Order: sequence, then C-alpha cells, then structure tokens
Amino acid sequence: MSMQKILLVILIMALCTYLPRMLPLALFRKKIKNQYISSLLCYLPYGILAAMVFPDIFSSTASVISGIAGTVTALVLAYRRRGLLPVAVSACAAVFITERILALMGIL
Amino acid sequence: MLTFRKGFKDGLPIALGYISVSFAFGMLAVEKGLPLWSPILLSISNFTGTGQFAGIDLISSNAGLYEVIFTILVINIRYMLMSLSLSQRLDKDVSVLQRMIISFGNTDEIFGVCIQQKEPLTMRYMMGIILCAYSGWNAGTILGVLVSSALPAMVRTALGIALYAMFIAIIIPPARDSKPVMKVVLLSVLLSCVFRFVPVIQGLGSGWIIIICGVISAGLGAYFFPLDIGYPADEVHNDGEVRK
Repeated sequence: MSMQKILLVILIMALCTYLPRMLPLALFRKKIKNQYISSLLCYLPYGILAAMVFPDIFSSTASVISGIAGTVTALVLAYRRRGLLPVAVSACAAVFITERILALMGIL
Repeated sequence: MLTFRKGFKDGLPIALGYISVSFAFGMLAVEKGLPLWSPILLSISNFTGTGQFAGIDLISSNAGLYEVIFTILVINIRYMLMSLSLSQRLDKDVSVLQRMIISFGNTDEIFGVCIQQKEPLTMRYMMGIILCAYSGWNAGTILGVLVSSALPAMVRTALGIALYAMFIAIIIPPARDSKPVMKVVLLSVLLSCVFRFVPVIQGLGSGWIIIICGVISAGLGAYFFPLDIGYPADEVHNDGEVRK
C-alpha cells in the first residue's frame, strides 16, 4: 500500500470509529426500543470477532501445528477467565515452545 | 464529587492495561510490514482496540476502501449502544461540543468504569479518565513499535497469534456465561471456515467474509434469542479486566 493510501485508510478508519461513538452521544437522548435491532447489535461483536479468529488463527504462525497449540492454549485459559494479556502471552509462549520443538525434530 | 483528579485516578488501571495491549498492537503492525509511523498515527486518531487490530490486516492485505469502511463500521456499531447509554448518565451541564469530545474516548473500558459511578458524569471527570487512558494507549503503541524492530524472527512469528488469542479472551468468557452468545460464536466460526472453501465467496476478501458471518450469526441470534435489555450484562466490564 502506498503512503497516500495508508493515510486515507487511517483517516477513513478514524471517521468510522468516531462517528458511531459521537452521533448517539451528541444527538440522541432516547434508547433503541426495537428489540430485534438492539439484540442484533449485542450479538454482532461476538459473531464478528469469532469470524476474524477462525480459521485465520491456524495460519498465523510459522506452522499449522504451532498454530493449533497456541489456539488450544488460548481457548483453555480464556475459558478459565484469565485476562486478555495472560491469554495472549501464554498463546505466544505455547507457539514459541512448539516451534522450537518442531525445529529440533527437523519438521520446521 | 467527580473531579478531574478522580477521573485520572480511575483511569490509571485502564491505562496500565492499555499499555500492554497497544504494545502488542504496535509490535504486530511492524511484524505485518506496516511503516513505523502508521500504527502510531492509528492509535492517536482511532483510540480503539478491535478496529485498529483489524486495520493492520486491512492495510497489510491492501484492502479496498469500501471493505475498510464496512469492516470498521460493523466492528464499531456496538459503540452506538454504549454512547446511547453513556448519554443518559452525563451531567446536564455537559454541552453538545463537550459531548463530541467525550465520545472520542468512549472505549469499552472507560464506558465500563463510568457507568459504575453513582453521580452524574462531569466533563472534568471524563477528561481525567480519557486523558489518562489515552496516554497509556499511545505510550504502549510507541514502545511496541520501537521494540518490534529489535526482536529476532523466531520471537516475531510466535507473536503472530497474539491478536487472535486476545480476541479469544474477549469472546470466550461471555460465550461461557450465555448460551445464545455461544451459539452465535459457533455458527460464525462454522460459516467462516466453510466460506474460506467456497470459490465465489472466497474471492470477496476476508473483510467481507467476516461481515457476512457476523451479520448472519448475530441476525439469527437476535431472531431466536431476543434480549430484554439493550446489551448483555457481560458487555459491561465491571471486573476491572482489560478486554480492549
């Protein structure tokens, strides 16, 4: 991407982040009454994040095997309600260790 | 009384959490090949977690502008609800211009701390908490960018999973607490995996696939499991955990 396009993308991103935060706060004083719309808005972040993670997470590292090791680590720790940072650091550590083992075995 | 000082103090734990997350953001951006100034500019101008992480992917995959607009809007649409909720809690003296300034800092965590306050939120308090958290967010980004350039390759490939692990840490606890959220998550994962192998949809680009999966799964979730309140209880992070 050229520098001009990156600048344009960042500007667009800033607007698309600011406007949904600003418009309701500045303009509306009433709450959304439509149950379907408000429920949809609630579920949306989870659906979006889930689709962002899978299946891309498996190819985010040097090998699918280390990707799976990191994914399982993250899932188990997140299920046990560990915070965002411990989960991320542990997943990275699992990937790092797995990749060192794979390298020793001559697979990587 | 909700003073600037009180706001700044309440913002400190948020800032500490932000430093670590934006540190990872800065490192990932460099790892994905973005120019060094771009993650710093992103943090200064956007001040959001998920959107900025998605931005790294969008820029590194040379996404089209419409893909950028839709991806970021869809990710941020939940902020409309949070801003609606926050607007009911602001002091009546807060002007429209001040509301426009406050809204820039309405992140998940700041929102979570603010709605715990019993008194109406003053402009001074909001400025204290936002400035504190915003400083942490930008300091972490700059540190991450600087450190990343100095890391060996074997460490950097292990960091590739950090972003995804963070998202897992965001979605799994609420999915554990709420069966509908779990079903939405599982359906979205299933759709996303299937779509990667469907030739026509495959060509759409990952941003669009994510939107389609998210809207279908959340749409069905809202149809089959409508919620009584504006947002699920676990959307409000009261436990001090940083889930940006």
